[in-house]
Amino acid sequence: MAKKVALLQGNEACAQGALYAGCKFFGGYPITPSTEVAEVLSVELPKVGGKFIQMEDEIAAMASVIGASLTGAKAITATSGPGVSLKQELIGYACIAEVPCVIINVMRGGPSTGMPTGPGQSDVMQAMWGTHGDHAAIALVPDSCQEIFSETVRAFNLAEKYRMPVQVLYDEIVGHMRERIEFPEPGELEVIDREAPSVSPEDYKPYDSTKGQVPPLAAFGSDYKYHVTGLNKADDGFPTTKASLVDAEERRQIDKVMDNIADIESYEEYLTEDADVVIWAYGSTSRSARYAVNELRKEGIKAGLFRPITLWPFPAKRTAELAEQAKAIVVAEMNLGQMVLEVERVAKGNCVVVHEGRVDGDPLNPGQIMDKVKEVL
Amino acid sequence: MSARLEIIERNCKGCSICVEFCPKDVLEMDVFLVTAPRPEDCIKCMQCELLCPDFAIKVHDE
Amino acid sequence: MAYDYEKSIRPGKLPHIWCPGCGHGIVMKGLIRAMDTCELDRKNTAIVSGIGCASRLPGYLDACTLHTAHGRAAAFATGVKMAKPQMNVICVGGDGDGTAIGGNHFIHACRRNIDMTYVLMNNYIYGMTGGQFSPCTPTGDLASTTPYGNPDPIFDISKLAIGAGATFVARTTAAHPREIDKLIVKGIQHKGMAIIEVIDDCPTTYGRRNKFRSVIDMMKRLKTEAVSVKAAAKMTAEQLEGKFLTGVLFQDTEKPEYTVQYANVIKKAQGA
Repeated sequence: MAKKVALLQGNEACAQGALYAGCKFFGGYPITPSTEVAEVLSVELPKVGGKFIQMEDEIAAMASVIGASLTGAKAITATSGPGVSLKQELIGYACIAEVPCVIINVMRGGPSTGMPTGPGQSDVMQAMWGTHGDHAAIALVPDSCQEIFSETVRAFNLAEKYRMPVQVLYDEIVGHMRERIEFPEPGELEVIDREAPSVSPEDYKPYDSTKGQVPPLAAFGSDYKYHVTGLNKADDGFPTTKASLVDAEERRQIDKVMDNIADIESYEEYLTEDADVVIWAYGSTSRSARYAVNELRKEGIKAGLFRPITLWPFPAKRTAELAEQAKAIVVAEMNLGQMVLEVERVAKGNCVVVHEGRVDGDPLNPGQIMDKVKEVL
Repeated sequence: MSARLEIIERNCKGCSICVEFCPKDVLEMDVFLVTAPRPEDCIKCMQCELLCPDFAIKVHDE
Repeated sequence: MAYDYEKSIRPGKLPHIWCPGCGHGIVMKGLIRAMDTCELDRKNTAIVSGIGCASRLPGYLDACTLHTAHGRAAAFATGVKMAKPQMNVICVGGDGDGTAIGGNHFIHACRRNIDMTYVLMNNYIYGMTGGQFSPCTPTGDLASTTPYGNPDPIFDISKLAIGAGATFVARTTAAHPREIDKLIVKGIQHKGMAIIEVIDDCPTTYGRRNKFRSVIDMMKRLKTEAVSVKAAAKMTAEQLEGKFLTGVLFQDTEKPEYTVQYANVIKKAQGA
């Protein structure tokens, strides 16, 4: 049977991906350019017995998502940069309390209100370092409507598997672009649910990592009673200031991501095998970059594209290898120099690393990227 | 039936609320700890137990 | 006779962190008695708080307890209740947490009339951070950040809750322990947003700066300033000067409860 196809906007594809993943709760607050995610889910969630709530502000939206997730529901919120700024407090809460949830950031310019209807890629460092304190982060950066669908599903999977907040960042261009989408059949994409505890309620400790880096999470309202706090805590969930326990828990929460990069990592390479120059680009910018690679090849320049799909944790290993192979890496992004700092860090001077960016509300165009490549070679 | 006053010393912080609000003067402070020198006067009004913020005093039937 | 509080308290958690004479322990006892009276299954009960002295309460109780971020209790609790309406949801916290940093969440939870019981311990001060003035510190009083007397006017929390749309609003004090559980029971039984404001004492950071020489002075103040709604009906405005009303201040059983409203949304969406 032919697959169901539709012409969907990126934001609509995101909502459909959430439903495919089994999302049962949306808590949000209206903000351009992400509102269509909320609008679609306000229609669709109640049809499947899910819940949609528009909260009083961005912080409350994040709070409601964490509260809902603790009852066992897969939960999501969608916002843009100013909203993500407000949510940082509780993204940190979800990190330390280890509560699975998905945060969609449809990126516009900034700082502050910036250009609400224009695209940007300037929240990428915020996705890693936005909330205070040491923590791991997972952030995914799809570049097409189809990929927004599948990466939203993967975001839920990673959130549930690693018991943490996962952010999906795509810029306004992809968010509002319409493309043909093929709906995967049920079962075609993997859907992961969080591990439930197997021990008796009396023996349950919400942060007991003796059997693995990610402790099973019981649902509120099941047979398990436990305590959740944003304070540093011991494996039983209760606050502690004992140095050894605090240290072990903090490190485990980072290690559970950094020890599993192979599972979390995702990237695409295009014509990099023999590339002298690698264009390092993600989201809508990678579409311009791909065009630029093709044009440069026509001119005899051996260009290739490296496109991270998982942006955090940073694809350090492959980026470092490309830095050894290529003469130059051009990091193209709609900001004034963010991911380029990470690329420079892992390139260790093995090749030239340059940045091509813009923040005027227009997308990076292929010509601009091609000029930079020619300049650097 | 007389009352037995159980004082859980490890919980008592010595705020003296129970001593002050006992209508029959059953309780006394021994520096920072409550004591019950006159349990025979207790009328089991429960004020001490209800007002103790520290779960440190209980009134039992004997 | 002696009440068995221990079965509701997590083993090894007492003594609690509150200062000598702090009323939060009295309120916790009242909450335990109320939950017992209502026979709340603790497995099916979420107790949610924000940050501050009063917000440490859930950690002591054997239930599904959620100690969140400063001011956010009502918003987290809304997520819990929406996702699992069959759960009993109780919020606890203080005046600064609930009405300053959490003021927006507080009024909107009231507006929605979502079925939860919010026990707000109003001790007029930010205790945990050392006694800074809160939206409930009386004008003119001293706090660590109002060394010349507090220039701010106050929030009347109960009036705020009524104005915002809560459908059960009651007030009592830490010096009226039997009324605490009586009102919380009514709040739990009420289908909708129930606010129980408990005027509380903070001898450590509020009392000592404001002419209360002892815990006892503060407790006596609670007894003399509180006037029941019934008694107040027979008093003149002059007699009520400097007093506050206690008991059930407001109840509305007509306004629809939020999760019931959303259940209707689900029915409509599913074409029923």
